[in-house]
Amino acid sequence: MGLTGLEIYKHLPKTNCKDCGSPTCLAFAMALASGKASLDACPHVTDEAKEALDSASAPPIKLVTVGTGDHKVELGEETEIFRHDKRFFHPTGIAVLISDSEDVAAKAEQFDDLEFERVGMHYITDMVAIKCDSGDAGKFKEAVETVAGKTEKALILMTEDPAIMEGALEAVADRKPLVCAATSDNFEKMTELAKGKDCPLVVKGSDINDLAELVEKVVGLGHKELVIDSGARETSQVLADLTQFRRLAVRKKFRLFGYPALAVTTKDDPKEEIIQAGVYVSKYADVVVLKACEKQQLLPLLSWRQNLYTDPQKPIAVEAGLYDVGEPGEDAPVYVTTNFSLTYFIVEGEVESSRIPSRVLSVDTGGISVLTAYADNKFSAETITEAIKKCGLEDKVKHKKLVLPGHVAVLKGTLEEESGWEVMVGPREASGITKYAKDNFAGGVS
Amino acid sequence: MAVEILKEKYRSKVGEVVLGATKEDGGTRSHTITVGGESALPYLHFEGEIPNRPVVALEVWDIVPEWNPCFEQYYGDVYNDPGAWAKKCVEEYGADLIQVRLKGADPDLKDHSPEDCAATVKKVLEAVSVPVMVIGCGKADKDNTIYNPIAEAAAGENLVMGVGELENYKAVTSACMANNHVVIAQSPIDINICKQLNILIAEMSPAMSTRIIIDPTVAALGYGIEYSYSIMERARNGALQGDKMLAMPMYGNAGFESWRQKEANISADEQPGWGEQEERGILWEATTAMAYLQSGIDILVMRHPEALKAIKGNIDDLMKNNSY
Repeated sequence: MGLTGLEIYKHLPKTNCKDCGSPTCLAFAMALASGKASLDACPHVTDEAKEALDSASAPPIKLVTVGTGDHKVELGEETEIFRHDKRFFHPTGIAVLISDSEDVAAKAEQFDDLEFERVGMHYITDMVAIKCDSGDAGKFKEAVETVAGKTEKALILMTEDPAIMEGALEAVADRKPLVCAATSDNFEKMTELAKGKDCPLVVKGSDINDLAELVEKVVGLGHKELVIDSGARETSQVLADLTQFRRLAVRKKFRLFGYPALAVTTKDDPKEEIIQAGVYVSKYADVVVLKACEKQQLLPLLSWRQNLYTDPQKPIAVEAGLYDVGEPGEDAPVYVTTNFSLTYFIVEGEVESSRIPSRVLSVDTGGISVLTAYADNKFSAETITEAIKKCGLEDKVKHKKLVLPGHVAVLKGTLEEESGWEVMVGPREASGITKYAKDNFAGGVS
Repeated sequence: MAVEILKEKYRSKVGEVVLGATKEDGGTRSHTITVGGESALPYLHFEGEIPNRPVVALEVWDIVPEWNPCFEQYYGDVYNDPGAWAKKCVEEYGADLIQVRLKGADPDLKDHSPEDCAATVKKVLEAVSVPVMVIGCGKADKDNTIYNPIAEAAAGENLVMGVGELENYKAVTSACMANNHVVIAQSPIDINICKQLNILIAEMSPAMSTRIIIDPTVAALGYGIEYSYSIMERARNGALQGDKMLAMPMYGNAGFESWRQKEANISADEQPGWGEQEERGILWEATTAMAYLQSGIDILVMRHPEALKAIKGNIDDLMKNNSY
């Protein structure tokens, strides 16, 4: 990744034959560096040069896809150690575990329901891991088929016995499950199975050194769709190993660890388990397999994943416009705020807890908060007036009153003049809205 | 195959700060707590020292708080008695230290006098033998009148007192300076203000530069936690790379922030899609705290005893050596 044109040029034939369509080899190299051309266009490049260029231009961590269609989960292709340096790209896949020794059908049904609506976003657990605890190939296959019939989510098949894996994999190979796992005892057979079905494979070592050795062997057998697991299960060691994977892949381009990483929780208490999983989500796991499956347990973990994987450079905005809270009628109060998502959702939450049906007018401030937008003239009498007109507020309420955030009380005069609406100065902080609403609007807007 | 482990070499480390004082040092605590001292990123024992485990406080208020009803069963019998409340936190729930929040000083609430506030702190100090932190009601004008009486009444105890902010740090800093307490320097999720405030406090008294705890402001899960997380990661990286004015232990009110949010409080009847309320609230708080442990926090202030328990378990796990 990030080779310069000159670095690429060194590997080209330097004959300026124009067969690639570029006037010179150097021009072709420049086009390659900026991603505007593909190396395939050059018929004369040597295989050695091709390999050198391919591997040098590959991302430090490979992108591996599990599952198919709308339910596929993309793992890896991360480039950072710290999110503040750029961002993290592919959110950790959260896989809920089902054992083939429990009531598979009931649990699978419950899992498909593990989705959440929060602050206008939709969170889901992306994967289901089915583990063979029975030691019975028939039973495992049946469990896998049952789960596959109940959910479209991406699957992880967990058994280290290739004989047991074979039947189950055969049954759901078209779903492109993650085969888990190849170890030093079974890697030849497991690799053959996964490679044969074109499915991604977890390579599990007994420690970080053993893992590197094993990855080299599996790659040697011709399979490259891999997910790595050092085999460590103690929180502290897993944290260290995941950190090493990420650092060595990103900083040293250590190819053997240039794959997404998998972590498995061990805690039996669901609260402790969520916290353990949270550590792995924070520090570099691309898939976490866990047992906890209640909504109140997964919502915090999925929220953390969502927060961590946001782009730090980008303010998160909601779409500007008029939002209903409850079922507001013609006399419902109207609150004005910005379209910075944190601000908007906090306001919305407070308005909701006032239990007075209302409307929230989110003004387009480019996703920045009230005071910043005010300072920037993006939250002004003009922009608010424009927003009032644009959403047709006049036709929706019979009063002409707006609640303005207390922090920008100074806008009251100009806004009243500009818009013709009466401005009520609300609390400075959103936390005051509930009380404010109860004090002022218990009987609607008069 | 022996993998060549990548260890960062840092030039510096986080300063250590001692909380509380025993009899020998003029206090009445049974023991002191040392925080900070890290010479590696959080829990990467393979590349440096994490000499002191992070500590976990529970909060005690001087008025009956309007908390979620689920707290009634834990604190309902002691809500009216800060001393008994603190004792329960330490003896039953395993808090490493206590944070007294003098909410009742708020002129819009009980408007407790500075003397009342000092008396509350004394009561807590008598009830428990662990180090104690004290923060005001959050209204600067009033808080500035209570710092001195408290600092004097607890002279020698080596309290942690706060909060000092960029616009208002002198009163609390001078109260701490004169009576040898530790000051909490709070900045609004902004690394430049964080650093500037530490410089200003150190300028007031060079001796205070080793008696500062950074409060970078810890937003709750779902409400800006990623901003705080990244600010803390940057501050800790700065400290390890030799920036002395970022090299103080960090502190955060994970409980207070988390339990302000709808996700912790709303009942399952009202929001059936989110599951059972109390466990959700506990995990909203504990997940918030978990993230801050991963970004380098040294002192966590929690609220729910179950969240404290889960997070202490996580700290036990994280403190295990992972050297290669």
